[in-house]
Amino acid sequence: MTSGATGVVFRREFRAYTRSPMGYIVAAAVLLLDGILFYGLALGPRWGARLSGEVLQGFFYNASGMTAIAAVALSIRLVAEERQTGTLLLLDTSPVRDWEIVLGKFLSALAFLGAITVATVYIPLLILVNGKIAVGHILVGYLGLVCLGGAVLSIGLFASSLTRHQLVAAAVASVITGALFLFSSLAHVVGPPLNGVLSALTIHGHHWAGFGSGALHLRDLAYYAALTYFFLYAAAKAMEAKRWE
Amino acid sequence: MVQLTEVTKYYGPKRALGPVSFEIERGDTVGILGLNGVGKTTLLKILACGLRPSSGSAVVDGLDVLRDPHEVRKRVGYLPETPPVYRDMTVGDYLAFAGRIKGMTPEAVARRIPEVEERARVAEVHDVPTGHLSEGYRQRVGVAQAIVHNPELLILDEPTHDLDPVQIMEMRGMIRSLKDSHTILISSHILPEISQTCDRLLILDDGEIVASGSEEELGEMLMRTRRMAVTIRVEGGEAGNGSGGAAVRAAEAAIGEVPGVTGVRRQDRGDGSVRETGAVTLEVESEADLRAEVCRALVEKGCAVIGLARAERELERVFVGLVGGERT
Repeated sequence: MTSGATGVVFRREFRAYTRSPMGYIVAAAVLLLDGILFYGLALGPRWGARLSGEVLQGFFYNASGMTAIAAVALSIRLVAEERQTGTLLLLDTSPVRDWEIVLGKFLSALAFLGAITVATVYIPLLILVNGKIAVGHILVGYLGLVCLGGAVLSIGLFASSLTRHQLVAAAVASVITGALFLFSSLAHVVGPPLNGVLSALTIHGHHWAGFGSGALHLRDLAYYAALTYFFLYAAAKAMEAKRWE
Repeated sequence: MVQLTEVTKYYGPKRALGPVSFEIERGDTVGILGLNGVGKTTLLKILACGLRPSSGSAVVDGLDVLRDPHEVRKRVGYLPETPPVYRDMTVGDYLAFAGRIKGMTPEAVARRIPEVEERARVAEVHDVPTGHLSEGYRQRVGVAQAIVHNPELLILDEPTHDLDPVQIMEMRGMIRSLKDSHTILISSHILPEISQTCDRLLILDDGEIVASGSEEELGEMLMRTRRMAVTIRVEGGEAGNGSGGAAVRAAEAAIGEVPGVTGVRRQDRGDGSVRETGAVTLEVESEADLRAEVCRALVEKGCAVIGLARAERELERVFVGLVGGERT
């Protein structure tokens, strides 16, 4: 009963997204805002003539913000809702390990977020048809969105594992994610060595820049993987502590 | 099947349970009886590996709940007070999920679900989302998830909680039907639910077991005195005043003079029924069965005896006596 339990939890959670209004509301909001932002900011007339690659970079930049917000919205319910309704007792008293629950829930949210993200592919395709961009740039940009989304999902899942109230989980996730976003701005106003530390820790900034511009760096992949692992581990430990409390 | 030794549970400095020690043999159906907040759910959660005891040892089927929680969970089916059902899932999907999460293979789940639905009497709502079900059905679905993996120990926390009388009867019937295949531990603050479905009772009060035994043993424990109910007809006005009241007082005096009678008190329902029927019932406590002597004394005093019955001290009173009497 190892990966089997993860798969069972994954399937239940993914179906929960497709059955609930929340999943569709988040998907609709992301697609609508991504389209509006692309038209208004990436294609907007005030930017003047731009290279196709820059337009694509602008799209990914805007999409990264929407992806982070969507990730928070999708993840805060994962454990808090179950704790609130009492269904977590079924999992707590079943022969399934905490990390299996956490992994199954995380993967389901990532799959749903990934499906929403992929639904925006018409925008890069429009640029591809009407301009000159590399397919690799599109792929790397989407990989970046998945990495960023996964990291924020893990933060949201951790926040959700701490409480039974989704609003509290949303606040905790927003504060952590917001702080990690702000680190890149803070890095510009503080001196060494703190600026280096903040720059290395930021969830956006230079870790995201490579993906947005179509450059794939192992260090950026490693950063997002480490951040995701850290918060998933913390979520599993929080669940373990609360399971026995 | 279950051995608890000096188990306690503290929330900070507050003691919620224990020390509690008891054993349950395989195949037994045991009821835990107690008022709300005395530690019933805490005790059941510890056995279901949903709560860590602060001290002591809890063993299920030879496995310690702290050392082998994973293995214990495979052997236990648990229905919390509120059934843990996902309201967006149909009954069939939910039971399949519960079976899979408890370690069953997809094939085993597919074979087991019709059987479980039959036993829990939820087959007719197989395709209905659990959110659309009545409380009674939802509770039955909760029982179905608890038995889906055919656990050796079945733990039911207040299984008739929030059910109407018909649903309560159905739930009792279902629990009886499960006695053949599981060791069952039920908690409740509703005495008939416990007494009608369990072989043995544990009375829990303030986190501790204050009495245990069968219904008869518990009855014997507290029935140090015998009771009888004597009903007399009162004529001539209200029972409490006038000549009617005098007749009642005379009857009470006559009964009190019978050797062996330790107490007489009037059963006053306070609903005015005495004024309408003219009947007054007196409850008599005695050291032996004195029905004949009490009847003779009343007749000699000219009282119209229209009813005389031995009043068995029902389990509710045992419970009140245990929980209230032991403390005071």
